[in-house]
Amino acid sequence: MRRVSFPYMGTSYIPFEKLITAFGNEVVVPQRPTEETISYGTKYAPEFACYPFKIVLGTYIQALKAGANTLVSSGGVGPCRAGLYTTLQEKILKDLGYEFEMIVLEPPGRHLKDLMHNIKKLINTRLTLRDYLNIGRFTWKQLVLLDKVERLSHKTRPLEVKKGESTQVYKKCVELIAGAEEYKDLTDIERETQQLYDAIEKRDYDPIKIGIVGEIYVLMEPSSNLEIEEILGELGVYVERSMFLSGYTISNAVMDLFHMAGERDAKKMAAPYFKEMCGGHGRESIGNSIIFAKRGFDGIIQLSPFTCIPEIVAKSILPKVCKEHGVRFLTISLDEQTGKEGLRTRLEAFVDLLMAKRKKTKPVKVKSLVAKEMA
Amino acid sequence: MGYYLGVDVGSVSTNLVLIDEDGVLEEATYIRTQGNPIKAVQEGMKKLSFRNKGKWDVKGVGATGSGRQLAGVIVGADVVKNEITAHAVAALREVPNVQTVLEIGGQDSKIIILRDGVVTDFAMNTVCAAGTGSFLDQQANRLNIPIEKFGNYALKSKSPVRIAGRCAVFAESDMVHKQQLGYKAEDIIRGLCEALVRNYLNNIAKGKEICSRIVFQGGVAANAGMKAAFEESLKEEVYIPKHYDVMGAIGAALLAKDAEISKTRFKGFGLSDIKFTADSFECNGCPNHCEVVNIKMEGKVIARWGDRCNKWKIADDKIA
Repeated sequence: MRRVSFPYMGTSYIPFEKLITAFGNEVVVPQRPTEETISYGTKYAPEFACYPFKIVLGTYIQALKAGANTLVSSGGVGPCRAGLYTTLQEKILKDLGYEFEMIVLEPPGRHLKDLMHNIKKLINTRLTLRDYLNIGRFTWKQLVLLDKVERLSHKTRPLEVKKGESTQVYKKCVELIAGAEEYKDLTDIERETQQLYDAIEKRDYDPIKIGIVGEIYVLMEPSSNLEIEEILGELGVYVERSMFLSGYTISNAVMDLFHMAGERDAKKMAAPYFKEMCGGHGRESIGNSIIFAKRGFDGIIQLSPFTCIPEIVAKSILPKVCKEHGVRFLTISLDEQTGKEGLRTRLEAFVDLLMAKRKKTKPVKVKSLVAKEMA
Repeated sequence: MGYYLGVDVGSVSTNLVLIDEDGVLEEATYIRTQGNPIKAVQEGMKKLSFRNKGKWDVKGVGATGSGRQLAGVIVGADVVKNEITAHAVAALREVPNVQTVLEIGGQDSKIIILRDGVVTDFAMNTVCAAGTGSFLDQQANRLNIPIEKFGNYALKSKSPVRIAGRCAVFAESDMVHKQQLGYKAEDIIRGLCEALVRNYLNNIAKGKEICSRIVFQGGVAANAGMKAAFEESLKEEVYIPKHYDVMGAIGAALLAKDAEISKTRFKGFGLSDIKFTADSFECNGCPNHCEVVNIKMEGKVIARWGDRCNKWKIADDKIA
């Protein structure tokens, strides 16, 4: 029997576990990256590889130690080196003596046959068309709901009266969603989570708004970005991320199949500054920054794994982009540090700067948009 | 007359200042942190209170620097602020039309861009310690030149030697190799200053618009060679404030002054006799295994941090 594991990124393990289990496999659920994960990653990865590579490698080692015999990862099409990472990781792990099969799911647009072939390997039970539809509907709903409760936490956190309450509620919501068995459960949970958030006591004011852009892994996995969204939220900032899992899946799996450009807007917006694709999410970082600016955000934070080329390219274009669109930006370079003080210092100073700017340019509105949405 | 205390606990030095109600500096001390911020703050307090036996009427306290959280708890700070804001506030006070602040301290360096008296952009080095005070200190030590005279050596140089500045490792090996070939110490030191300035401007100041007036502060501003190298590279005059080495602490004190504090939480100058201790334990509540630190005053826990989930936090929202 296949014992399947996969990289850990945000809450994606919840729907993925259900999906793989429904296909008739056993799942070794990957662990949230800890210092142990990073230690394995840095020990066996090339020194110059980026932080996401090291975390994912460490996660694989932990999963293999826990008995996994199959690893599933998404592929990439480059030219960012992360596109080749899966192959390299497989080689490193095999050299270390682990026995397993690596199944790489490539984007469907270019490797459809390959992808189907690989997905078939993961289907180890007899399923009717109806089963497929049910599984699909459930997994998708779960994914969308997970994104929804996370968005709600971003909206509520800066407004909460009691510090830390939104984070607690968010954790509870994730547990509830993870425990769902059928589609009907999910619709009930959707209502319940909304009530949980509604019950949080909130202040009414217009918080500073910051949009976060950058490389996908450090953007989506809080343990790799020192829980930046939580720190900002507790500083009283409304945070929005340019990428969520459901949106990412649509643009990279569904749209790609029909050869439609994913994240169309971001790419179109970036075009005057960034015509060529440079791999990773460099171009999206520029495009999404412009979108945030047009939506009236006060600042942009770019998250970049140390030495990430696409983000370095984006970083050097951002000063011009942000100047022309009247927003401020801050680049945070992430690696294996776990001390939060340096990050907190920069974030505090950045928020001070945005507040000073706001005070100067416009009077603070009494009733906020975010507060209105929450009401 | 009322006074305001500013405490800046950095990685290398701990500075304390007292300013009066007009923002004029009354007293300042500069102590090496030496890995023990609690002791450094206590010693600083002792030194500071020496002259007036601590008889100032302190109306408010501000803490800043990488150890600001700890300092805030120990001293009883009313305002705890990041060092970027603190440095900007202090520079603005001395040079109201400042547009650029270059700050190089013991283990980090920053650039702060201001327009019309407001911070509009900043950067702090994230990559390495090349070009900060510790590295200069270490090189002065290696060449057996007192750090106070290091900068003046650079000024004597007629033909500086080129030193690689991107990384402290490259810089040091380059210096050693060139010294072994017989280049004069002053030419090497001047070359080092130029390399560090090049690295600073190319790394953390990258993409920033540097306009005058330019203020250079932090411990490294004592180095005349660095000032000269900045001026040569920027083709602008670089101004060094009188109290360049305690600007962070002055900023913190100014922030406390402007915070309109009704009753300060200041624990008093007698603080150096109180016994503060710190210990830590590993929380096994989840796979994160956070190292939680307890700060104790006379055996009683007064603050706790290090946990990611805030489970161990002591409810006191005004500090942190």
